[in-house]
Amino acid sequence: MNIIVCIKQVPDTTDVRINPETNTLVREGVKSIINPFDAYAIEESICLKEKFGGKVIVLTMGPPQAETALREVIALGADEAILVSDRAFAGSDTWATSYALSCAIKKIKDYDLIICGKQASDGDTAQVGPGIAAHLDLPQVTYVKKIEEIKDASGRFERMTEEGFEIIESPLPLLITVVKEINVPRPPSLRGMMRSKKAEIITWNATDIGANPANLGLNGSPTQVVKIFTPSRRKGGKIFNESVDEAVEQIAKELKGLI
Amino acid sequence: MDYLLTEEQVMIKDLCRQIAKEKIEPVVAELDKSEKFPKEIMEVLAQSDLFAIFVPTEYGGTGGGILDLCIATEEFSRICGGVAVSYAASALGTFPIILYGNEEQKKKYLPDLASGKKIGAFGLTEPSAGSDASALQTTAKKEGDHYILNGVKHFITNGGDAEIYTIIAMTDKKKGARGASAFIVEKDTPGFTFGKKEEKLGIRASSTRELIFTDCKIPKENLIGKEGIGFIITMKTFDMSRPGIAAQAVGIAQGALDLAVKYAKERVQFGKSISSFQGIRWMIADMATQTEAARALVYSVARMVDAGKTNIGRESAMAKVFASDTAMRVTIDAVQIFGGYGYMRDYPIEKFMRDAKITQIYEGTNQIQRNIIGLAEVKGKRK
Repeated sequence: MNIIVCIKQVPDTTDVRINPETNTLVREGVKSIINPFDAYAIEESICLKEKFGGKVIVLTMGPPQAETALREVIALGADEAILVSDRAFAGSDTWATSYALSCAIKKIKDYDLIICGKQASDGDTAQVGPGIAAHLDLPQVTYVKKIEEIKDASGRFERMTEEGFEIIESPLPLLITVVKEINVPRPPSLRGMMRSKKAEIITWNATDIGANPANLGLNGSPTQVVKIFTPSRRKGGKIFNESVDEAVEQIAKELKGLI
Repeated sequence: MDYLLTEEQVMIKDLCRQIAKEKIEPVVAELDKSEKFPKEIMEVLAQSDLFAIFVPTEYGGTGGGILDLCIATEEFSRICGGVAVSYAASALGTFPIILYGNEEQKKKYLPDLASGKKIGAFGLTEPSAGSDASALQTTAKKEGDHYILNGVKHFITNGGDAEIYTIIAMTDKKKGARGASAFIVEKDTPGFTFGKKEEKLGIRASSTRELIFTDCKIPKENLIGKEGIGFIITMKTFDMSRPGIAAQAVGIAQGALDLAVKYAKERVQFGKSISSFQGIRWMIADMATQTEAARALVYSVARMVDAGKTNIGRESAMAKVFASDTAMRVTIDAVQIFGGYGYMRDYPIEKFMRDAKITQIYEGTNQIQRNIIGLAEVKGKRK
């Protein structure tokens, strides 16, 4: 069973700062980590490999420094790592990103399952996984909390919904996105760490993956970010300790003052 | 201090620190309270190849040495001395096979110990044979193709939770120390049962039990080396393992120091952080200096072992004495810096003081270590 896991390198969420003048994320000096939700996708792929054999190929789109994230994944037990990197991708929204990743997946060709984390901790859109499935015309099951069974080129998945959960069966290949309830990610192994030092990280550019340049980067992105800003801080509430009548009067006065 | 570790040793350090932080720290208080053997953590260590680091590559290990083991043990001990000793005691049970096992024994037992699929333990101590190991009562009588073991071992770390035990028993009581032999005994061998689990002052996550042998029949192939060299095997095993226990002590001292420094910076009295008071700073300075000195000694001895030096009894004993006495002093001072809070179980520091005490006692009491050192000095066996 061959599994492709799509990951994203993100700024460490405990250390996010926004430049007040440009209203953009300060990336300098901020530690990069693997998107925490992707860690569950990686763990699930390793568990499936242990159970069914095959290999785990990890894919990321990002700047050259995303290679460090891929080395970490090899230390965790992934077999191959591919970095899709090109200046042409700069400014891609979720549509263009999932298009580029789907081109890379088409190039990999031989796979049974694609696993993504439910969303990235920086963008929080939860759109790239479903987008990849759409571009590849594959079935998708999102927010998977348990893989119940994989048998005879078909899988049964338990997915979380706001009200409870659903059980969905789908033929393979398909794409799933996973939630943190699905497993407990393991730490790397020493042998994995040694292997990751020497492992070859395959790098593909836009031409390598046969992507249509019109669909990439800022120009290929239907979403245009007009402004990023820090919401103004909410003032603390006020408690009125007077009797009910007095409090009502006070509150009415306060509210009038706001109009 | 930069100990110029190899790339692989730095990896071990980072990996163990990550595991200690992510997998051990969240459950430390619970393990200490419940005295539950940390089976899940041992499985994580196994999956991360950490039982492989002291086993030769041809038997499934990564071919590292004693320094690698010391680094791992120290890192775990910074967070929990009990988890650390459960790990290190498996190494203790493995060393006799690495040092004196024959090819068949190595092939049969080492791969499972290296993968962590099976945990090891070492059984020497008996109710009336502690420091005086020649007073052993457990016997191994040869009968045809088997040895029949009878007797009781106690205070055995990993007892009941380990699968592979190295047991020292008398094959010829008349010969005293020269009548002892070492055997490999597998869990679930008929006649091999476990007595009560001890309730301890510290290192409570580790399990300590009695091993009871009642006409326990083991194949003669399980004799390690030959009859009569049980004590030599024991002494050589301890020479290898004492740096590991010393590293446990260094880790306990460092963990206590880290907490004490953090607390001293946060605690405000007389309008100032208590870390700004010279009385506290000097305490911290001494604790840090002693801990670093202990680490330097332990790493030096570990490097001697890894370089293949023999007759390291004196140095190995020095590392164990110095590091464990340091751990005791540093943890007592750490509790002092925490003041009244330090005495309370709600705070993590008192556990370090409880954990430190055992390092002065086990793997040869510090008095026995001083005998070894004193004898070497007086008899001129200094290297």
